[in-house]
Amino acid sequence: CTQKTSYRSFYFFAKDIVQLKSLWSLQFGNYLQSFKSNSFQILSHFTMQTVTLIPGDGIGPEISTAVMKIFEAAKAPIQWEERNVTAIQGPGGKWMIPPDAKESMDKNKMGLKGPLKTPIAAGHPSMNLLLRKTFDLYANVRPCMSIEGYKTPYTDVDLVTIRENTEGEYSGIEHIIVDGVVQSIKLITETASKRIAEYAFEYARNNQRTSVTAVHKANIMRMSDGLFLRKCREVAENYKDVKFREMYLDTVCLNMVQDPTQFDVLVMPNLYGDILSDLCAGLIGGLGVTPSGNIGANGVAIFESVHGTAPDIAGLDMANPTALLLSAVMMLRHMGLHAYADKIQIACFDTIKDKKVLTGDLGGKSKCSEFTGEICRRVQDME
Amino acid sequence: TYTFCCRHTVTLIPGDGIGPELLSHVREVFRYSCVPVDFEVVHVNSALASQDDMDNAITAIRRNGVALKGNIETKHTLPPSVKSRNNILRTSLDLYANVMHCQSLSGVQTRHKNIDIMIIRENTEGEYSNLEHESVSGVVESLKIITRNNSLRIAEYAFKLAREKGRRRVTAVHKANIMKLGDGLFLQCCKEVASGYPDITFDSMIVDNTTMQLVSKPQQFDVMVMPNLYGNVVSNVCAGLVGGPGLVPGANYGRDYAVFETATRNTGKSIAGRNIANPTAMLLASCMMLDHLKLNDYASLIRNGVLTTMNETRVVAHSRYWGLGTTSDVVQSVMKNIQSKGQLTAEL
Repeated sequence: CTQKTSYRSFYFFAKDIVQLKSLWSLQFGNYLQSFKSNSFQILSHFTMQTVTLIPGDGIGPEISTAVMKIFEAAKAPIQWEERNVTAIQGPGGKWMIPPDAKESMDKNKMGLKGPLKTPIAAGHPSMNLLLRKTFDLYANVRPCMSIEGYKTPYTDVDLVTIRENTEGEYSGIEHIIVDGVVQSIKLITETASKRIAEYAFEYARNNQRTSVTAVHKANIMRMSDGLFLRKCREVAENYKDVKFREMYLDTVCLNMVQDPTQFDVLVMPNLYGDILSDLCAGLIGGLGVTPSGNIGANGVAIFESVHGTAPDIAGLDMANPTALLLSAVMMLRHMGLHAYADKIQIACFDTIKDKKVLTGDLGGKSKCSEFTGEICRRVQDME
Repeated sequence: TYTFCCRHTVTLIPGDGIGPELLSHVREVFRYSCVPVDFEVVHVNSALASQDDMDNAITAIRRNGVALKGNIETKHTLPPSVKSRNNILRTSLDLYANVMHCQSLSGVQTRHKNIDIMIIRENTEGEYSNLEHESVSGVVESLKIITRNNSLRIAEYAFKLAREKGRRRVTAVHKANIMKLGDGLFLQCCKEVASGYPDITFDSMIVDNTTMQLVSKPQQFDVMVMPNLYGNVVSNVCAGLVGGPGLVPGANYGRDYAVFETATRNTGKSIAGRNIANPTAMLLASCMMLDHLKLNDYASLIRNGVLTTMNETRVVAHSRYWGLGTTSDVVQSVMKNIQSKGQLTAEL
């Protein structure tokens, strides 16, 4: 048959997958929805997609291997192109990432990254910052959902923090005015605020989330957070199907630790996003189980684990690959590969729920390879 | 029997939202307990753009030295040049230390137990410096100022308080990995002051990790010191952990003046006028004020009345999380507990 007819038949096949997915959705609610990515929706179901893989430092390589194994067991149509990122100085002394890494990302658009170490006093900015600047990764998205089987004092957490990732308090502009007086500049621009607000509402709409809450401190920072808030309000006008709320940062913190279920999608400038996203990660069990995605301009998206490199357990087969795995699952959804995403996620959650094979940080005694093996086995059993 | 040498006059700023009703309950309890304090009430109209109200309030506080206040709303309909009145009050009177003591209460059901954290927050500079401008259209710069003097001052306050209260450890909260100069200076000052207190352990923690630790293991913290904005975040997280905004009192201390209020400074517009706000925080704040005025016996009397209500008689104000009592129920219970101590009280 021609290419066209096979696309059509696969499209109908894809619809079945969507229906199957909705059954799983009943169990896992909103987290199973994807955010739309036009170019990947239908095609990706049967063509191999190349993803740039940056294993990172410390435990990075072993958890990346774990993810690759699990993807292989799930027969996901992903091929990996490994690249390393270290800071190199280009012509003119400007720090940048190696050109082959940049080329690979620009070509593949999708990236998965393990933890990168930031050496102190290395003379160059952090690698994460370099990546952010290189690909204009303007939105950091962290879905936080309680994991059944990994008990924390908070159950039923199901929210998403969307953080503006390029400006705000992290502009890096600081001056010593006179000896003993330092000024740090927080930059808020109309364009960046509008862009992040639009992304937040698009995300909410595409993932069937009901509300977006803008987090700010416009009572104190009248002009800067005032501008951010104004832009959010303007964008909210075009998304009447999504409920818009605004809340002070302190009120959000106060309510978040008492009842996190009242929050859905949160959008905020850089610093508040940094603090709140880590607070929410703490609610569900920490950085070892929290996925994260960075959305950039020109369709680039890099998904990453946000924990550290854990040099003390590197190479000892003790690492927990959950964070990187869930980030990879987030990537699959972004690419429209929901069936594979669901399969791998269910396998991972079931393994944790079962409590028989858990890594040390989850309260078990198993090795990373054993944990990985268990997830692979479950994935294969689902075939 | 009580001996009192003089009556004190305290400035009272009702503020907006639940402020007026909570403060009237404080006055009720004070009257009932024959507390030798007179209140000079000063109103601030948050709807007006002019500074006159605030100037009057500040003058009154300078005159009396001590104030008890509700939160003054910052209306977003007014232009950005109109700054937060609460902030103006703090900076004009140089109330550089905001102190909050978060303790788990036995009668309050929370996810975490055995929390006992003192938070000392720099109250006048940092991100709350009110220096903003639009350099080009669509680009706003907001300046965060950190000075050596204020950082040393707040660190000194934190360590001195820790020593006074017999606390073992002070943790500085910062983001010096990103704001290397600003928070770096703050951290440096804390380290300098720490060297003068070898009996107290000093460590530091980055603010995002701090919030993560607070929601998983808050018992690890003892005394925490930090710049303004992180103080806002951490104090609200801690207040939430011990049971909410209705429970924790806060104090703002300067060299010459002291202003007492609820720790999380909420206006509570949505619950105002419905007799459901929790008066505990404001009552405990008034006890902190009485301690400051050296009226310790009255402070203990009222504080015990409030804590007995919380922990034993379990009369709780309306909360979406527990209890369906009214503000009046709680206040009545507090006054009954005060009366039961057998002290001289006014007619109920």
